[in-house]
Amino acid sequence: MATSIKNPSEGNAAVKKVRSHISQNEQLLFEISSPGKIGYQLPELDVPAVDPAAALGAANARTEIEDFPEVSEVDAIRHFTRLSTWNYAIDLGMYPLGSCTMKYNPRVNEAAARVEGLAWAHPYQPDHLSQGAMEVMAQLETCLTEITGMDAVTLQPAAGAHGEHTGILLVRAYLEAQGNPRKKILVPDSAHGTNPATAHMAGYAVENVASNDRGMVDTETLLRVVNEDVAAMMVTNPNTLGVFEEHIADVAKILHDKGCLLYMDGANMNALTGIARPGDFGVDVMHLNLHKTFSTPHGGGGPGAGPVAVKKILEPHLPLPRLKREGNQWAWEYDRPQSVGRVRAFYGNFGVLVRALAYIMAHGGPGLRRATYDALLNANYIRKRMEPHYEIAYNDPSMHECVFSDARQKKLGVDTGSIAKRLIDYGFHPYTVSFPLIVPGSLMIEPTETESKREMDLFVDAMIAIAKEIEEDPEMVKHAPYSTRTSRVDEVTAARKPVVRWKKG
Amino acid sequence: LGAGVYRHYRPVLVDTIVSRSEFLTSYTPYQAEIAQGTLTAIFEFQTMVCQLTGMDVANASMYDASTAVPEAAMMAMRATGRSHVLAARSVHPEYREVLQTYAKYSGMPVAEFGYNAETGFIDIQDLERKITKDTAAVIIQSPNFFGVIENVKQAADLAHANGTLLVVVFSEAVALGIVEPPRDADIVAGELQSFAISPSYGGPFAGVIACREKFIRQIPGRLVGETKDDKGNRAYCLTLATREQHIRREKATSNICTNQALIALMATVYMSVYGKQGLRELGLQNLSKAQYLASKLNRHFSGATFNEFVVSTGTKSAKELNRELEAEGIVGGLALERFYPELKDTMLLCCTEMSKREHMDQVAEVFA
Repeated sequence: MATSIKNPSEGNAAVKKVRSHISQNEQLLFEISSPGKIGYQLPELDVPAVDPAAALGAANARTEIEDFPEVSEVDAIRHFTRLSTWNYAIDLGMYPLGSCTMKYNPRVNEAAARVEGLAWAHPYQPDHLSQGAMEVMAQLETCLTEITGMDAVTLQPAAGAHGEHTGILLVRAYLEAQGNPRKKILVPDSAHGTNPATAHMAGYAVENVASNDRGMVDTETLLRVVNEDVAAMMVTNPNTLGVFEEHIADVAKILHDKGCLLYMDGANMNALTGIARPGDFGVDVMHLNLHKTFSTPHGGGGPGAGPVAVKKILEPHLPLPRLKREGNQWAWEYDRPQSVGRVRAFYGNFGVLVRALAYIMAHGGPGLRRATYDALLNANYIRKRMEPHYEIAYNDPSMHECVFSDARQKKLGVDTGSIAKRLIDYGFHPYTVSFPLIVPGSLMIEPTETESKREMDLFVDAMIAIAKEIEEDPEMVKHAPYSTRTSRVDEVTAARKPVVRWKKG
Repeated sequence: LGAGVYRHYRPVLVDTIVSRSEFLTSYTPYQAEIAQGTLTAIFEFQTMVCQLTGMDVANASMYDASTAVPEAAMMAMRATGRSHVLAARSVHPEYREVLQTYAKYSGMPVAEFGYNAETGFIDIQDLERKITKDTAAVIIQSPNFFGVIENVKQAADLAHANGTLLVVVFSEAVALGIVEPPRDADIVAGELQSFAISPSYGGPFAGVIACREKFIRQIPGRLVGETKDDKGNRAYCLTLATREQHIRREKATSNICTNQALIALMATVYMSVYGKQGLRELGLQNLSKAQYLASKLNRHFSGATFNEFVVSTGTKSAKELNRELEAEGIVGGLALERFYPELKDTMLLCCTEMSKREHMDQVAEVFA
């Protein structure tokens, strides 16, 4: 058993951010459950109680929820609090996850989203009782239109991938209205996995386009593959190497000359906000991830929001309903025959939209620009300090993130995955591992603007210390992490024999 | 007012837990060693959703029910190799609109079948007429948009006899505490907004897809599985990622990436706080309150209902009634004519544990 392995982090002066700490064991809710325990109290029923079997019919009446947990309020709060201590979080330290833009989430956003009139607004209450909520959405549409340099925005999509799907449906609807929906979508080989999956869901074939030797969209290759079958190309800019696509305007022109549209994945908008507008460099349609650039919390995987911004030509096709001004009131407009239809019930992840607007308003234009500059500065600072120790993947100037490869460490038998796990022992969440696919053994690092020099120095010091450890004791690094309550997890067995729910045993 | 979004009491514990930085500001739990908190909670969520719905497997959440419905339909397409879908008109109208949007461009023709004008149940004869050997899925909702509890078994038998899968949708999760779950369904697509998620003008909510064991590899979205760590301790991790977009790219079961994790956590805490007894008592209170108000009004459908029901508005129009209610400080019901032109002068009303008897009496008086 591995329990005999000494924790090599103990007494290691390079590990500055963490020490060991009590860590409570906790069983599953079902295992601490005990018949008859309750954690709730309902007011006394002020109407006659009915007999469910009589009211619903005997066949419809449920007798019990088999094996459902029964715990007290204290049991419940301890349970979830203990679980929470097993998580890493942005409030505990830096999350250098490239492409994910894990920045600090200002708490004023949370307060705004919980304002009673917004939090308890029912989507079907009359419009004249919802003017505040509609005003929030209208203002956010205006802000995002300005930030992206596009002409119109829909706030309906619930996340980035949902926004992509909506965007490609818009492309399809537009081309269909021109008489031919076309057949395929071009996707660079450096793209996020959601891009090809999205194109497929919208009924398009996917054609991968190889990047040039600098990791960028190659205009020569593009000229060769583009033709009247191509509906659009999905480009991430800055691309997934954190490099600005310097020929983006040419790419747009090549596509437009063949009647194709340019889609931009806005996952990396944190590099552009306030300093460059996709609408100005030829993008026709794009999505934004409000849970990245606009600071709404990730919450362990969601909720997000994925608004889509478009040029005028696509506006008639935007999802239903649209906000419109009627006299001095907001109203929802449903009569839009060219619309792709609804992509989600109601109007979007409204609570997330409130948070994003709070963030934008707190910063203002100059504040957003300042944040972008700081994000670029931070990424380049990390790159400069790490370059002597790790191989930079491509030599072009970095924007908001930098991508290294494990080429030097791999020679000693340690790959990016193990370096990432070892980083945990130093008190950091790993960077993004093995993405983009065009960089073998990549380390993708995005600090965001909200990290201080102190925290970044701790991070780089840790990375340098790990590089040294690999030279001295590669075996040790391969079995990290050592300091976590859960050691390396067996994901292979989990997938081979999936156990995805608890069962009474 | 309900119609897919319900006003239920939110236990204070829920915000206490989800406001903890370790849950609120953590990333998707790809790094299992430092995300056991989120992973364990999701595993419990998956289990409780299975227990509630009577299914074997549940995913870690979808955006909401409206997007879970087309994803469930596409699952059925993959599982059966067929491409047609039949949806009941008594499924939430906006869920059906989203289904149409997804279907239009993915080679999945969607047709609809009707409801019985007297009972509010699905029109089983209409379904029987329309179902063919190309039908991958029949989609019904229970309690349906009119609040009527469907005969799931009957629909399942008809679908299965034809080699078709039955997808059962729900929008009011509180019903599952006291109403028999859709055990005969193949796939369940539902909305958990009722579980401590504020109406928030329509989102963020938390959808879910649950299914029978044999469809596990067709399910979209994230799944958490149990395993062990190096030291032999029980541990959890994201699993069956080969279904997902970051591995399979264009061959993925869906493009879904970010889901509604924190909202699903709200629902998890809610289910824990209420527990087995609580969800039953809560269901009973909702049912009793709705029965109380319904008994004072003129019901439009005869089928059994849980906490929502359709009433005929009588001599006044729905619009007039809502205006009068608003003057008394009450937001009225949904005029069904908006979605069902044939249901003129009817209104969908909803009562929950938050509805006070005096307010219900006030409503009854306006109707009188």
